[in-house]
Amino acid sequence: MSNRTKCFARMVIAVIACVFIVYGTARGELEIVLNKAVNICLECIGLG
Amino acid sequence: MKRKIVQIIAFGYSNAHLLNFKGGKIYQGKWKRFCNPGLNCYSCPAAGFACPLGALQAVNGSMEFQFSFYVVGVLLAFGVLLGRAVCGWLCPFGLIQELIHRIPSPKLKLKKIFLYLKYLVLVVFVFMLPITATNYMGMGKPAFCQYICPAGTLQGGIPLLGTHEELRQTIGALFSLKMTILLLTIVGCVLIYRFFCRTLCPLGAIYGIMNKISLCHLEVDGYQCINCGKCKNVCKMEVAPVREPDSAECIRCGACAQICPQNAIHVGKPFRQTKWLTKKDKQCRDAKEAE
Repeated sequence: MSNRTKCFARMVIAVIACVFIVYGTARGELEIVLNKAVNICLECIGLG
Repeated sequence: MKRKIVQIIAFGYSNAHLLNFKGGKIYQGKWKRFCNPGLNCYSCPAAGFACPLGALQAVNGSMEFQFSFYVVGVLLAFGVLLGRAVCGWLCPFGLIQELIHRIPSPKLKLKKIFLYLKYLVLVVFVFMLPITATNYMGMGKPAFCQYICPAGTLQGGIPLLGTHEELRQTIGALFSLKMTILLLTIVGCVLIYRFFCRTLCPLGAIYGIMNKISLCHLEVDGYQCINCGKCKNVCKMEVAPVREPDSAECIRCGACAQICPQNAIHVGKPFRQTKWLTKKDKQCRDAKEAE
């Protein structure tokens, strides 16, 4: 992969990442993450 | 040494709530809506941030959504900036694996075929099962956390079961499976450098793919390189930096750059251009060496 292609791919993915974060935040995904993370996850500890 | 300090600091900020171990509670503040770049179970009493894999599966398996734009966006952002430097410098479970590997024992090399296992784990356990294996309400379970993740057992399961009698009474076959995986991971890490990271970690798979284009990359100066092979021999991840500087397995630890006698390898210089030798350049260099 040439340096030019890499630069282009970096920029495209950086833009996609920003759009995804903003869109995900706007539709309320952070609350689902918070709700899962502040309670003991029984699956994670091998009980669920 | 510099990397170890960064790893310890990263471990510290990821697990800052140490007092929670005493009461068997977990941190419940608002910072937990943000994802840690590395693998760190959010059910660990000390954890201050959400585990990106747990968060991804939680949203993918939720009733409202089947794809987490937020978590995928965060992973893409970390990936495009750092690639697998996250594994080498920031991942708390990566540090644990490196410390386990220091236990004296015969050290083995990993067969290349096992490197592809983590991509299968990523697709099946992180994306497919939480979305497809749902209950009557349309909610899926975090399959990777439930059936595989040894970080959850080590950081969350053991401390919480140690402090909660009521949880100990619910131990069953699933916990036995997870403890077996944890023990196999520990034995694997003693024998093979970053065994879990290289064979099973879905985060390693995601960041590995991003290694090809990440800003933090390995740069090899073809004009300086004398093909001595020292970089390949010193690499614990079994990568040949000169041949494949963008390898999905390179965690940007910098060992190759340190050992290079020609100072031909650089890490973390995002805006420098890699100088590649053309065929003609190589012929000229070989001719000069022959003289």
